[in-house]
Amino acid sequence: MRIPKALRNPSLVIGGLIILALVFLAVFAPLLATHGVDQPDMRNRFSLPSAAHWLGTDNLGRDLWSRLIFGARISLSIGIISVTVAALIGTSVGLAAGYFGGWVDMLLMRITDVFLGFPAVVLTLAIVAVLGPGIVNISAAIIAVTWTEYARVVRATTLVLREQNYVQAAKALGASWPRILFMEILPNTLGPIIVLASLGLGTAVIIESALSFLGFGLPPPTPTWGWTLSYGTRFIRDEPWLSIIAGATIMVTVLGFNLLGDGLRDILDPRQLTRLGANK
Amino acid sequence: MLAYVIRRLLLLIPMAVGMIVVTFGLLLLVPGDPAAVLLGPEASPEMIANLRRTLGLDDPWYIRLGAYFWQLLHGDLGRSIFQSAPVSEIIGGRIGATIELAVVALLLATLIGVTLGVLAAVRQGSLIDTATMLLAQLGVSMPVYWLGLLLMLAFAVQLNWLPAIGRGAPMPEAIIAALSGRPQVLWDSILHILLPALALAANSAAIISRLVRTSMLEVLREDFVRTAYAKGLRRPRVVVRHALRNALLPVLSVIGLRFGALLGGAVLVEMIFAWPGLGQLTFSAVSQRDLPLIQGIVLTFALIFALVNLVVDLLYALVDPRVRLG
Repeated sequence: MRIPKALRNPSLVIGGLIILALVFLAVFAPLLATHGVDQPDMRNRFSLPSAAHWLGTDNLGRDLWSRLIFGARISLSIGIISVTVAALIGTSVGLAAGYFGGWVDMLLMRITDVFLGFPAVVLTLAIVAVLGPGIVNISAAIIAVTWTEYARVVRATTLVLREQNYVQAAKALGASWPRILFMEILPNTLGPIIVLASLGLGTAVIIESALSFLGFGLPPPTPTWGWTLSYGTRFIRDEPWLSIIAGATIMVTVLGFNLLGDGLRDILDPRQLTRLGANK
Repeated sequence: MLAYVIRRLLLLIPMAVGMIVVTFGLLLLVPGDPAAVLLGPEASPEMIANLRRTLGLDDPWYIRLGAYFWQLLHGDLGRSIFQSAPVSEIIGGRIGATIELAVVALLLATLIGVTLGVLAAVRQGSLIDTATMLLAQLGVSMPVYWLGLLLMLAFAVQLNWLPAIGRGAPMPEAIIAALSGRPQVLWDSILHILLPALALAANSAAIISRLVRTSMLEVLREDFVRTAYAKGLRRPRVVVRHALRNALLPVLSVIGLRFGALLGGAVLVEMIFAWPGLGQLTFSAVSQRDLPLIQGIVLTFALIFALVNLVVDLLYALVDPRVRLG
């Protein structure tokens, strides 16, 4: 029996497995948690991994495994919300800029350049500072710094696609521009968008955890990964385990999304479009 | 080349205008009465009224935007709400430390990234290649603040080789001191910057190494490389003098773009290593919701980034004529 092409790509398989496992843990967190998220156990403070506490406990004796799998729900929720909206905004901007060209392209791409010019962490911090914390506000801040990637890539792809014969043929047959954009061009830009979305989920997890690490994420006792890591730093000299495991969780998650994105890129091959001239 | 420089400089103007509008827009995002929100629940009505006057909140937004532009044209970034000092003065006192950290991190990232990328490409498919690319994948995925903590834990807490926090003398001063016979000042500065710069550099080094590997693999297949071998040149000479020089071209623009990421990452690294730069200032400004200071910092970061990219583009045009002529 032949193994499908996708399953022969190690990045895709390893990344996919990591993300599948993470989604499974997040979805079934209430069933898989061995203890309550905020259930203290003062006799078992800072315990190392054991049969009772799979990943050990924190300074209040709270079970780290349970806290981390509930934390996965927060990271993934913010990641999915921000990536979906950023992809929608970026794709719309990229499609319009690439298809209409001229002053529309000029204006939209200058706006994109302006947003690209802000360091992501600084702008997200500033936005969260004015809006205040909360899942929606943090997602909005992440969207503000990530939609530009989609806009640039989709614009470049659209520039190539609009010159293709099948698009010209649709135009000649009198198809309206919404029809051409959404029925002819958009489906062919989905490959690069999916790749960017996978990589973008990793970026969202990193930014969200950075905000929580700095204390500007969801307020405690919400068990965000960044906060667990930040909290652990107070005891890092004697009890480094807490910070190490929380940081490793973030890293493995981002690694999963990055590997998945790399694997998807190999399969969907947006470089083929680049070779067609999409990088202009 | 002059025409290209002028064209590129002119493009900076709309970019800067856009950045100013976005920075100004932050104030419009504040829910409710910005003055009351910024001062917190304990503020008296007089304090709120005073801040409303200072921020010009009683005027319509377009008047305020015009005033903001006018103020910036005069080099005035406003006054901090809580530090009662001009924002430009506060930022001026901190900016050197952040630029120093970002520049050292960029140098480290380039050095590490290029070395690993070349090694991986030259030994494609070998254990070195696999290990390097695995390391790069981890480097891209690792949160900068976590790496900072691990480095601190290993080299400052456990091994006690390097200082955990703080900054030595500023690098230019340290270099002058070393030249005038006090090398220990420079040594102290280097020891202090090593851990934060390494933590900050890791992500960029990983990205650069992947890029250099890809670029080198392409160049190593070119005819001129084969010709160089055919002339009887040795491998190290072909790799460094012929292939690397060409492979680095596309990497140059990415190195410029990385500077923006380094500035952003500096916010987190400075918090961990108590590095007294703009990052720490950002943290305190955001904690206090000191909006004029936040706006000043955001704008400063964006303008530094825009200027660095301008310099990189000009350098690129200098080494690759196709850019300025195309």
